[in-house]
Amino acid sequence: MRSKRTEFFVGSFIVLGLLAFVYLAVQVSGLAFAGKKDTYQIVARFDDIGGLTSRAKVTIAGVTVGTVESIVLDKELYMGLVTMNIDADVNNIPIDSSIAILTSGLLGEKYLGLSIGAEEEMLTNGEEIYDTQSALVLETLISQFLFKSDSED
Amino acid sequence: MKPIVALGTSFLDWLEAVGRAGIFLVQSIFRVPVRLNEAINLLIKQLYSVGVLSLVIIVVSGAFIGMVLALQGYSILAKFGSEEAVGQLLALALLRELGPVVTALLFAGRAGSSLTAEIGLMKATEQLSSFEMMGVDPLRRVIAPRFIAGVICLPLLSIIFSATGIMGGLVVSVSWLGVHDGAFWSLMQQSVYFDTDIMNGFIKAVCFSVVVTWIAVYQGYECVPTSEGIGKATTRTVVLGSLAILALDFVLTAAMFGDF
Amino acid sequence: MTETYIKVENVRFSRAGRTIYENVSLSIPRGKITAVMGPSGTGKTTLLRLIAAQLAPDSGRILVDNQDVHTLSRTDLYKVRRKMGMLFQSGALFSDMSVAENIAFPMEEHTQLSHDTISQRVSDKLHSVGLRGAADLMPSELSGGMARRVALARAISLDPELVMYDEPFTGQDPISKGVLVSLIRQLNDSANMTSVLVSHDVEESLSIADHVCILSGGRVIAEGTAEAIRASNDPQVKQFLNGEPDGPVPFHYPEKGGDLERDQRGVAS
Repeated sequence: MRSKRTEFFVGSFIVLGLLAFVYLAVQVSGLAFAGKKDTYQIVARFDDIGGLTSRAKVTIAGVTVGTVESIVLDKELYMGLVTMNIDADVNNIPIDSSIAILTSGLLGEKYLGLSIGAEEEMLTNGEEIYDTQSALVLETLISQFLFKSDSED
Repeated sequence: MKPIVALGTSFLDWLEAVGRAGIFLVQSIFRVPVRLNEAINLLIKQLYSVGVLSLVIIVVSGAFIGMVLALQGYSILAKFGSEEAVGQLLALALLRELGPVVTALLFAGRAGSSLTAEIGLMKATEQLSSFEMMGVDPLRRVIAPRFIAGVICLPLLSIIFSATGIMGGLVVSVSWLGVHDGAFWSLMQQSVYFDTDIMNGFIKAVCFSVVVTWIAVYQGYECVPTSEGIGKATTRTVVLGSLAILALDFVLTAAMFGDF
Repeated sequence: MTETYIKVENVRFSRAGRTIYENVSLSIPRGKITAVMGPSGTGKTTLLRLIAAQLAPDSGRILVDNQDVHTLSRTDLYKVRRKMGMLFQSGALFSDMSVAENIAFPMEEHTQLSHDTISQRVSDKLHSVGLRGAADLMPSELSGGMARRVALARAISLDPELVMYDEPFTGQDPISKGVLVSLIRQLNDSANMTSVLVSHDVEESLSIADHVCILSGGRVIAEGTAEAIRASNDPQVKQFLNGEPDGPVPFHYPEKGGDLERDQRGVAS
């Protein structure tokens, strides 16, 4: 009743399904199975986070070094408080570094770009970057442009 | 008065049918197998006929749908100068929607209809009564292995469908249309999240598998045991199954992705 | 004379608004062959399904070995059914198992016998129906008569106390009919089983039955030994036995309000 051939095909089918699952997880979603990497947290306050979402990349010179953990409103200052996880081996970010919300391509996603400062002292867990540059909002840009060309006349 | 009475009657009939089908489902899942070894044998047999035999149609349609999506997506995205995003489009469309939905529709047509016909024929040839007469519960012996096999196979098939679709799209966009493969993968990986996209798609497939297999085995079990009755039941499996998949997909999509 | 094995008491049964039995009472003696006969559509198969409790009567009760089968719990009912074997009209062999597996199935399901014992008993049962050579065939490879004999071997594989035959002779050639008649007789006598035979094949049934019931119009119209039935003067019985086209059972289908005509077969529980 139970033939070896059937069993072989059923086994192969299940293996194929699992392989496809791993393929999707690793290759398509870029999930790393190495477990959670060691990270430390730093925070930054922005006037306007303009469409940044949690899990967005944090980059230095275009290389991803961390992700955004959470974005909440700082109720006292009325600013967006962004907490990010930085890979533990990137432990040499000077405390006077600046951070900006950037856009990949014209319609792409928002991400954070760190620009390295000159101080000898480095950021550690829980510290804050004070030099922040908010997201560029298209409407603000246009109105600035109009206002500027107005005043030049 | 009359139309209201008719409405009430048909609503109550419908409710009764759903209730009966629900009891049927619960009974067939919670029948404990008497002999584990035999139960596993039966399950393997069904995994073969429900899963392995559906593999070809799933792989072929997955590859073609991925290729078509890549072609269409490329021609539109090229207008915005962002051809690289074709990978992102492909992956999200397949993982979130097309993978689970198209697989479930194909499954209803390929495996669901044959389950209904097989069970219907067993009923017509008195095999189900025969099990009962031997003191063997047909729900446990006939229905349960088929139902469980369906619920295991459809999610696996859906994952295989998505994976072959992405590979098909990869071939078309990277090898034929010349999209840069680094950008193809990195944009895809950036926008595809394991838990929201892959897992939600998987959950959809699991929900569809329960509904489609349930409809298929129930229609077979409850069919009028004549050749005409089996034909009607098979048609009902495909029609009801497909409609249920599409309606359920809307509900699940609204619940999963509605707040984006 | 002999002990009653099955007692049907005042059973009323209707389905889909049609009354099939109005008030049927009959008794089936232990260790004998009882033939239940009647024109098509009088619910002969329904009677077997009622005895096996696959269907429940509207009122009245059915006692099998002094147990009311319709009040039993599911588990107890399945226990009682193990004492029953049933030969379905279509044979109802499991199409995905070979002949030997079909016959072994009830034993594997309900006994703790070893594999060797089971295969020994399978070949004994096959031998008793004369089909030992067909053990490895699939049901689709059997002729109609062979399939019915295999089904018979399966029905008796647990050595039941009661075997029910649903139209065993229908669609069989004269040789197969003869084989089945002698098999039924042999099995009944050698294993001391009670047999219930539902049929409208008058000659075959009367030739082996110890006890005969004739059903018509939802009632028992005659009950007794084969000789008594043959000697009956009841016009309905005579019409049925002699196959007269018109008589108390009309040739013409009633135009309205008739409720005993439709063939019952195939409407499973």
